Amino acid sequence: MSSLYEQIGGQPAVDAAVDIFYRKVLSDDRISHFFEGVDMDKQIGKQKAFLTMAFGGPHNYTGQDMRKGHAHLVARGLNGTHFDAVAENLSNTLTELGVAQNLIDQVMAIAGSTRNDVLGL
Amino acid sequence: MPTFTFSGVACQAAPEESVLDALLRHGVEVSNSCRAGACQSCMLRATSGVLPAASQQGLKATLVEQGYFLSCVCRPEGDLVLEPAGGLEFTASIAALERLSANVLRVRLRTDTPLEYRPGQYLTLRRADGLARSYSLASLPEDGALELHVRRAPRGRMSGWLFDEARVNEAVTVRGPAGECFYTGGSPDQPLLLAGTGTGLAPLIGILRDALRLGHRGPIHLYHGALRPEGLYLREELRDFDSAHANLHYTPVVLEGGEPEGIAAGALDKTITAAHPKLSGWRGFLCGDPGIVQLLKKKLFLAGMASRDIFADAFVEAPGS
Ligand SMILES: Cc1cc2nc3c(=O)[nH]c(=O)nc-3n(C[C@H](O)[C@H](O)[C@H](O)COP(=O)(O)OP(=O)(O)OC[C@H]3O[C@@H](n4cnc5c(N)ncnc54)[C@H](O)[C@@H]3O)c2cc1C
Ligand code: HEM
Ligand code: FES
Repeated sequence: MSSLYEQIGGQPAVDAAVDIFYRKVLSDDRISHFFEGVDMDKQIGKQKAFLTMAFGGPHNYTGQDMRKGHAHLVARGLNGTHFDAVAENLSNTLTELGVAQNLIDQVMAIAGSTRNDVLGL
Repeated sequence: MPTFTFSGVACQAAPEESVLDALLRHGVEVSNSCRAGACQSCMLRATSGVLPAASQQGLKATLVEQGYFLSCVCRPEGDLVLEPAGGLEFTASIAALERLSANVLRVRLRTDTPLEYRPGQYLTLRRADGLARSYSLASLPEDGALELHVRRAPRGRMSGWLFDEARVNEAVTVRGPAGECFYTGGSPDQPLLLAGTGTGLAPLIGILRDALRLGHRGPIHLYHGALRPEGLYLREELRDFDSAHANLHYTPVVLEGGEPEGIAAGALDKTITAAHPKLSGWRGFLCGDPGIVQLLKKKLFLAGMASRDIFADAFVEAPGS
């Protein structure tokens, strides 16, 4: 059985998803303020890292990295509502791309497993 | 075993080892984060050697063309020479100085050896005393001289010197070219959107001429923004150029100062999105004031332009340096 990442389509799938996902996030008033980075190209890179990780792809982030990486956002008020909004945009992105529901469920489980680290709980 | 050099340091990659890991093992500092070819923080540039396709997947066309690659997913099969970005240094002299408007000076430079560049890239101009500033190229290599458009910055050191003191034949140094904001062939029918404020027009003119020279057939929309009509320049020339090319559409836009004939009034971003609400499938080039470049990037992206089709150079000033 190939991995979740392979089943979703690997790096080409990340490339296809990143613009759709980032456009949704930037248009979502609940969370857009966290993502209005100075440089859009750098933000796109970070969103690709996020998607690769959520798709079960190769990465070297630990829970501790996620904690550190989002601590400055927690300090700015990042909470569970924001987390759910990101998850919703992720799920909608995959639906829009026609990804099978059972794969979406697995992606959402991976994203959900980072919740406490991302929110610094 | 593939060998590569980075800024003169020779490294050997172990079998299956990435360029990033080999460099780190040799004590070379390279920024990195995901180590999986996603975040682009480990990007380096190769000046010779063959790069594995996987190390350039997902990068913009202008980066690929210049040999940029992601070192964390690069397992080279042969030797590579890696360089920090930024180009080479050339001695040059001022060939001509000409006012294009009260606040814009056209500077032409002649280098001893020809500089290889793509129109729209920039170079760094260094004065004899070491003061250095970046300026974008409005010329094509076949023009011979390098053409820059310099805006007079209030109490600006380099721009003030060029306007008031510099003389023809004065010796300067240039380093370059650099930048990824330029035209690449391969999609001759794609609609192009070029937008900028002030001397952001300089690289846009270079890109525009390059696209036409390379046979671009799709529509090319050039928007030049300024606060007031006095901030626009080369209007007659661009209007004539527009008339001579059926696919070129030039629109000057001013924020204040009524609506003089042939000039649109309003904010640059709103003028553009009102005229082109849907931009999926387009390619965009944005240059000039950093705040406006940033805003336009976001607006074009939200209107559907793919992130990898957006090329930009923000004219960041470095006060105090
Ligand atoms: C990639 C790139 C491409 C560029 N291309 C172009 C181009 O094609 N055309 C162009 O005109 N410009 C371009 N620029 C901008 C250019 O490089 C210079 O920044 C610009 O010409 C100003 O340089 P200066 O030496 O005249 O002014 P500086 O002396 O650097 O001063 C810049 C401004 O800061 C203010 N300032 C200076 N010192 C201080 C201080 N201590 N505190 C607060 N404010 C201060 C000055 O009053 C001035 O308004 C580009 C920049 C980049 C990064
Ligand atoms: C769903 C679980 C999440 C995962 C797995 C995740 C993962 C990541 C990863 C891998 C990065 C890139 C780090 C780097 O390379 O620098 C990142 C960056 C980022 N994340 Fe998350 N993230 C999650 C949730 C969130 C949420 C809920 C928000 C805010 C609403 C958020 C906002 C950001 C921002 C703004 C960045 C860029 C940080 C910066 O520029 O400094 N993330 N995330
Ligand atoms: S470290 Fe993220 S792309 Fe190489």
